Amino acid sequence: MSAPIDGPGIRFDKIDKRYGGLYALRRVSLEIANGECVVLAGRNGSGKTTLLRIAARLVRPTSGTVTFSGEVGSDASRPAPVGFVAHATMVYDELSAEENLLLFGRLLAVRSIAARVAEMLSGLGIYERRGSLVRTFSRGMRQRVAIARALLHQPSVLLLDEPATGLDSVSVAWLARTLKQLRDSGCTMLMSLHGESEISALATRAIRLDAGAIAADSAAGASLRSILSFNATP
Amino acid sequence: MSLISNATVLFGKELRTEFRSRELLTTTVVFVLMVVVLFSFTFDPSSTESRRFAPGLLWLAFLFAASLMLQPCFLREQTNDTLSALRLSVSDPFAIFLAKLAANTLFLLITELLMLPVFSILFNIPVGSVVGSLVLVFFLGSLGISVTGTALSAISAQARMRELLLPILLLPLLTPVLIASTEATAALLDPAPAFRRDWIGFLAVFDIVFLTALWLFGEYLLEE
Repeated sequence: MSAPIDGPGIRFDKIDKRYGGLYALRRVSLEIANGECVVLAGRNGSGKTTLLRIAARLVRPTSGTVTFSGEVGSDASRPAPVGFVAHATMVYDELSAEENLLLFGRLLAVRSIAARVAEMLSGLGIYERRGSLVRTFSRGMRQRVAIARALLHQPSVLLLDEPATGLDSVSVAWLARTLKQLRDSGCTMLMSLHGESEISALATRAIRLDAGAIAADSAAGASLRSILSFNATP
Repeated sequence: MSLISNATVLFGKELRTEFRSRELLTTTVVFVLMVVVLFSFTFDPSSTESRRFAPGLLWLAFLFAASLMLQPCFLREQTNDTLSALRLSVSDPFAIFLAKLAANTLFLLITELLMLPVFSILFNIPVGSVVGSLVLVFFLGSLGISVTGTALSAISAQARMRELLLPILLLPLLTPVLIASTEATAALLDPAPAFRRDWIGFLAVFDIVFLTALWLFGEYLLEE
């Protein structure tokens, strides 16, 4: 994992995102320090996914900028230096786990790619199934491949959009262990979650979004637990 | 350099997935075969009329087949949001287009070359002496279809009514390619074959213009 650098890991500066007349995000300004594990909470449609996709530079904000530590200025046309795990697995069903990782590793110019892929597959417990097509995998195994893809290039920032969706309790426990290792090694994480879980227990900070704006931030005095339990409140 | 290496890696992926599933090639070849056979039933293959009309019918068949083949080009990337993974991984989004249009051109060219002997037999038009020139016309025509089709496939994949949108946008835009390819092919299939530099030059210019436009503005077509 990349060594933490001084200064914020991610800085969102006055982010607005409008779809027609509808605001998905309103004036969101946020600094996430290196090594922080931040959970985004909020109801469906509160802007969590939009914020994560803007951070990944997959969606262009209507106004405002996102910068990462070590970057000079914010160039929205540059790929974001992040790993991204979404609801969708973002891997090809018709390729094997190994072929998927080799493909993305080559695109990301990962050094010693074959060794790195073998290391990732072993670490995630899917080495034995490396030659099987992803479409033959269970949801939990697909998610492991998705996480391997996101971590291939050893990003210092990891974005996760409801990474536990569709996972059984064994897979959620595995995911929590994996994310804990990453957090402890200094990886900056920003993730959206629904309700409290083993994964939300990793949070060092929680932010609640409401109608596209920051409604509560544990770094500004709000209770981390009350923000995390918000989604569970009827 | 990373543009070429990324495009090469992605081109390899396109070939691997297609030759593993054979979805696009099989459906396209079968479609063109059916159209060419049905067209041959509607004309007298021995008449001089068939020599006049056959090149146009052939290119119309290629064009309709291409609109079928290009439909899943970006649609397949939406199934697991792999397009986002690609955008996060390549330094230049044009690499994604370059790989897809190269693969589409190759698949279209394979279809055309497989159809050439069938066309020659059904329409009773010998092509042996002009195969080299025909391949050049096929390549330039297919490249034009693939460049515009790949760009429009990226647009239509994000739209509602996507199955209708691609042919509606693509077919009018490809009218110049259809005319130029048909004229160049007809001249080559004439009893006194002629290499029409004007039409072939037109196809080359069309390809370069649309390829440049895709290189300049392609990035915006991939945005959500």
